[in-house]
Amino acid sequence: MAVNIVVILKQTPDTESVIRLAENKKSIVTRDLKWIINPYDEFAIEAALRLKEKHGGKVTVVSYGPSRVVEALRTALAMGADDAVHLDDIALKSVDFLRVTRALTAAVKELNPDIILIGSRAVDYDQGQRGAIVAEHLGWPHLALAVSLESDGKTVTIERPIEGGKVTLEAALPALVTVGGSHTIWNPRYASLPGIMKAKKKPLVVKKIADLGLDPALFKPETARIWITSLEMPPQRAPGRIIDGADAEDKARKLVTALHEEAKVI
Amino acid sequence: MIAEFRGGNFRRVSFEVASEGKRIADALGIGLRGVAVGSGVAGKAAELGQYGVERVLVRDDPALEHYLAEIYVPVVAEMIKKCDPAVVILPASVDGRDLGARLGARLDITLVQDVTQVVCEGGKVKARWPIFGGKCFAWSEWADGTLPIMSCRPNVMDCLPPDTSKRAEVELADIPIPESRSRVKAVDMDSSGKVELSEADIIVSGGRGMKEASNFALVEELAKAMGAAVGASRAAVDAGWRPHSDQVGQTGKVVTPALYVAVGISGAIQHLAGMGYSRYIVAINKDPEAPIFSRADYGIVEDLFKFVPAFTEEVKRLKSTCS
Ligand SMILES: Cc1cc2nc3c(=O)[nH]c(=O)nc-3n(C[C@H](O)[C@H](O)[C@H](O)COP(=O)(O)OP(=O)(O)OC[C@H]3O[C@@H](n4cnc5c(N)ncnc54)[C@H](O)[C@@H]3O)c2cc1C
Repeated sequence: MAVNIVVILKQTPDTESVIRLAENKKSIVTRDLKWIINPYDEFAIEAALRLKEKHGGKVTVVSYGPSRVVEALRTALAMGADDAVHLDDIALKSVDFLRVTRALTAAVKELNPDIILIGSRAVDYDQGQRGAIVAEHLGWPHLALAVSLESDGKTVTIERPIEGGKVTLEAALPALVTVGGSHTIWNPRYASLPGIMKAKKKPLVVKKIADLGLDPALFKPETARIWITSLEMPPQRAPGRIIDGADAEDKARKLVTALHEEAKVI
Repeated sequence: MIAEFRGGNFRRVSFEVASEGKRIADALGIGLRGVAVGSGVAGKAAELGQYGVERVLVRDDPALEHYLAEIYVPVVAEMIKKCDPAVVILPASVDGRDLGARLGARLDITLVQDVTQVVCEGGKVKARWPIFGGKCFAWSEWADGTLPIMSCRPNVMDCLPPDTSKRAEVELADIPIPESRSRVKAVDMDSSGKVELSEADIIVSGGRGMKEASNFALVEELAKAMGAAVGASRAAVDAGWRPHSDQVGQTGKVVTPALYVAVGISGAIQHLAGMGYSRYIVAINKDPEAPIFSRADYGIVEDLFKFVPAFTEEVKRLKSTCS
């Protein structure tokens, strides 16, 4: 029942990064940032590798972005993915995410997958819509926010937490699953040293929009239907205060008074 | 506005979205319409009128009892087309985020997810949403001729006081329910009456400072006295002391309570990404240098094992004198 699995991943700034606004206040300064695989996409890679280990098959990782993205793809290969596709086209830098997703859809379609896995959100612009859009473009079922994943080669089953409970969903393949959950659930493996050596020899194909049979004219910046007009830093929080007291009981009394009378939240 | 209906009732976030929809509609000088799908929703739909919805288009069918993208998306897309709206808004709940994204692709319009503020200027709609784990915010605007669609973060937008004298006019939509290759196999709702973190008004969270699973009894007891939900840092979840559904943070839940109490949590940037939107933050930590204090409105430098029981007692005392 070997399944052909594709994982779409994004390279994002490290979650520890200090974010600074560029002079135009419409983008961030990317110089000096450390880049990682978006944590949720890393969960997706782990989920894909586990499926492959259990049932056989192949894992292809697909990403887009400038040349630094190769690093993220090589990391995924070192974790155990078999091959990689890098959509490296300058046009993708200035289009809205609907178009980026269109290009990604075209790239994954060529690979003829049975299952597409993708993180439920990216920790940069946090829009959490890529998976749903790719599924819609392909006309596939999508099961979102998986915290578990099973497949018998014909169907895929996931558990999805919802507010106040969870649901179990099943879809006939081909299907797309967005992966949620946390490090505790997926515990994504590290790239081992032998893995890193092997990854250097694994295939990594670079593609342009035109290679995907898409019309480059559709990817012109002026065709954008949405844009970011500005970025802003969050308002400063008023400085807090340390509540002092003779002992724990005294501090507790003062805190309760403050929460009740000042903040009025209890 | 698209309402979320589950288990026989509208979810609270639907009323928040209706209220925000009313504000936008007033600013644009237009009316507010609702779209609602679900099993048994027809009999409840008029309730949306209390929050400013004038007319609701309803699709009521047992097949719509639980959210399933493949069924909901085509049905809701047809309903939106019937309404011919100027703006579409829906909840950024678990299901709403999914529905909105796929709806955007189907209608070929561009959704902005998890919006926390909307402004209307000169007839144009602008939306603000948090990026990079709340380290900054983005404002976006749609091109002329593009239908703005956005999902709104729960617990952030003010809910109008319900006007019980108002009822929305209900109109049934006759839209076929499509076949799907996916299905809902099981639904497990927590019946313990536990408050859902992403919707809680007060949250008490424990971190590595709790030392072991059994010590979470202290947090539970404080939470019970306050009528709060219990959360946790990743360190506490990784240690196996709490289920992953309790994790607050960048790879956990984003919470928006009025009060967040962090117990034995250092305040790592990824934790702040989940709780930084809380209206008031209380930090209890024995290390005066812990980064959480720079974000806290009220800081307590103390051993939590001494402080939390005293705090719980004080809260109980307050509650007994107030009631
Ligand atoms: C990609 C990525 C994603 C992440 N996502 C998340 C996330 O979603 N949520 C999250 O929380 N973290 C997340 N983290 C982890 C984060 O970086 C921290 O490791 C984590 O938040 C630390 O948890 P903590 O504050 O409980 O533990 P610690 O940092 O170990 O802090 C424990 C605190 O308890 C205090 N303490 C100890 N004993 C006592 C006592 N007796 N009385 C009072 N205080 C005491 C200590 O002074 C200390 O400040 C993520 C990390 C990465 C790399």
